[in-house]
Amino acid sequence: MNSKKGMFAKEYLWRTIVTLCGLSVIVLTLVIGGFLVYKGSGTFFKFHHTIGEFLFSPDWAPIDNMEGGGSVGTLIFIVGSLSTCGLALLIATPFALGSAIFMTEIAPSFGEKFYRPVIQIFAGIPSVVYGWAGLTVLVPAIRNVFHRQVGHSILAAGLVLAIMIFPTITSVSADAIRSVPKDYRMGAYGMGSTRWQTIYKIVLPASASGIFSAIILGLARAFGEALAVAMVIGQTTALPTSIFSTTKSLTTEITAQMGNAMEGGETKTALWTLALLLFLISLLFIFLIHYFSRKKPETSGKHTKKAVKGGM
Amino acid sequence: MRKQSLKKAAALAISVMCMAGVFTGCGNNKSNTSSGDNANTDAKLTGSITAAGSSALKPLVDDAADLFNEKHPDVNITIDAGGSGEGLKQVAEGTVNIGNSDVEAAEKLDASKASQLVDHKVCVVTMAPIVNKDVTAGGVKNLTKQQLTDIFTGKITNWKEVGGADESIVLITRPESSGTRATFKKYALGGATEASNKSMETDDSGVLLQNVKTTKGAIGYVALSYLTKDASVDTVSLDGVAPTLENTYSGKYPVWTYEHMYTKGTPNETTQKFLDYIMSDEYGKKMESLGYGVSSKMQVKEH
Repeated sequence: MNSKKGMFAKEYLWRTIVTLCGLSVIVLTLVIGGFLVYKGSGTFFKFHHTIGEFLFSPDWAPIDNMEGGGSVGTLIFIVGSLSTCGLALLIATPFALGSAIFMTEIAPSFGEKFYRPVIQIFAGIPSVVYGWAGLTVLVPAIRNVFHRQVGHSILAAGLVLAIMIFPTITSVSADAIRSVPKDYRMGAYGMGSTRWQTIYKIVLPASASGIFSAIILGLARAFGEALAVAMVIGQTTALPTSIFSTTKSLTTEITAQMGNAMEGGETKTALWTLALLLFLISLLFIFLIHYFSRKKPETSGKHTKKAVKGGM
Repeated sequence: MRKQSLKKAAALAISVMCMAGVFTGCGNNKSNTSSGDNANTDAKLTGSITAAGSSALKPLVDDAADLFNEKHPDVNITIDAGGSGEGLKQVAEGTVNIGNSDVEAAEKLDASKASQLVDHKVCVVTMAPIVNKDVTAGGVKNLTKQQLTDIFTGKITNWKEVGGADESIVLITRPESSGTRATFKKYALGGATEASNKSMETDDSGVLLQNVKTTKGAIGYVALSYLTKDASVDTVSLDGVAPTLENTYSGKYPVWTYEHMYTKGTPNETTQKFLDYIMSDEYGKKMESLGYGVSSKMQVKEH
C-alpha cells in the first residue's frame, strides 16, 4: 500500500503532469487550426467565392456588411509577401551563411565567445524596433539615394526583413555546420585539401539539410512578420511593378483592416481566410523543414513523421 | 498496457476540459459587464456603462468618461474600440450599453435591428484634406471639389495641373473599412471611389499625419481633432472654404459627419446621464478644444 503510494508520487503524478502539458500544446494547435478553418471557410461557403478567385484574382474589395457581394482576390497580398520575403532571403542568406562559416570554421573561439552572443542579442530585438528604425532611417535613405518621392517600398521591407531573419539563419546553420563530424574534416585535410576546399566540398554539402532548414525557418519568420513590414511597405492595393513599388502583404492587410471590420461581415471573414492561408503556408514550411531534416542520417525518419503529425 | 492507455485517455480528457474552461471563461466575462444598472438613486449615481465601437470617437468618449467620473465616482465606465460595425452589432445584441459609430446604423445593420436603436448625435467631426508643407509652398492652397475628386481617383497626378509646383502627387489614405475614409468619400469626393491601387494606406490617422508630414507632394485627410496639436502639415481649402469648426457650423464646409452613440431602446438612468453630460454646454467647450464640433451649434442639420 505504502510503496504503491510512493510509486504514484515518484512516477505517475509527474508523468501525468508532463503528459498534460504535452497534450495541451497539441490540442491548442489543433484548436487554433480548427478555429481558423471554421472562421475562414465562410468566404467560400457563406459568401460563395471560389478558391480560384481567392488565390489568383487581384481584385480585393470585400464589403463590410453581412450581405457581401464584393470581391476577395488576394493575389496582391500573396505576391507582396512572396516578393518581400524572397528579397529578404536573397539579401540575408549569403551574409548569414558567411557568418555561420566564419563563427564555426574560421574563428571558432572568437565565434563561440563573442559572435554567437551578439547574434543571439540580435535575434531578441523586438520587431517593432526594426520597423521603427526602418521607417526613420531606411525609408528616408531610399528616398535620397534613389531620388524617389516615396521611400516606402518592397526594397525597404525586404531590407528590414533581411536584417530580422539574418540571426535565425545564422545560428541554425552554424549549429548544422558544427554538427558535421570532425572525422570528415580530418579526412579532407588528410587528402590534402585546403581549409576552403574542406568547407566548400565537405562541410557545406554534409550540412546542407540543416542549412535548408535554417533558410526555411528564416522564411517562415519573414512570412509571419506584420508590424515591421506594415511600417515600411507603403500599403497600396496594387501589384508591384518594381522593387520600388509600394504594395501590401498578407499580414499587413490583416492588421490594417481587422480593427475596423465587423465580425461576421464579408471583410472580416475574408481576413480570417487570409489568416487560414498564412497558417497553411507555415504548415508547409514546417513540412519542408521535416522533409529536409529527415534526410539527415542522425535523425530517425519515424520520429520526424510523428512530429509532423503532431504539428498539424 | 491497458492501464497505460487508460491513463493516456484520462490525461487527454482532463486537458481538453482545461481548454474548454479557458474558452468558456472568456465568453462569460463579456456578458457579465452589461449588468448592474437600475440600482441607483437620484443622490448618488452608481452602476456601470459599457461602450464599444468607433476608434475615431473613442478619444472623446474616454475624455468625457474621465470628467464624468470625477462627478460620479461610483459609475464604472468601460470603453472599447473595435470599429463602428462592431459597436453597432454589439449594442443591437445587447452586449454593450452604447454603440459608438461614425455611420448611421442602417448602413451596417439590417432594417429590423437598426430600428430598435436610438441615435444620440453627440458631436460633429470635420474631415480636412491635408498636404505636405511643400505643396502649399508651391502655391496650392485651395482645391475645387472636382480637382480633389480627380486627385483622389488618380486622374490628376501632378500638382502643376492644379496650379502648384511640378511634383508628383502622393496619395496617403486609410483602409477601406475606415469610417474617416467613408465620410471623406461621401462628402468630399461626391461618392467617387478612391484609386486604391495608387494610394498608400495607413493603419490610423496618426500614422497618416506622420507620412504626409515626411513625404513631399503628399495629400491625405484626417479629422480636425488630429490637427489641434500638430501644425506640421497644412490644410487645403475646399471650394474656397477653409476646413474649420466655424465653417462646419455655418454649413459652408461640407465634409463633416455626426458621431453617433446608439443605445438599444431608451437607455437606463446612468447611461442617460452620461449621454446628457457629453451633450451638455459645459462639456461642449472641452469638446471644441479637442477639435470636435458641438451638435447643437449646427445651423444645418443635414447635408
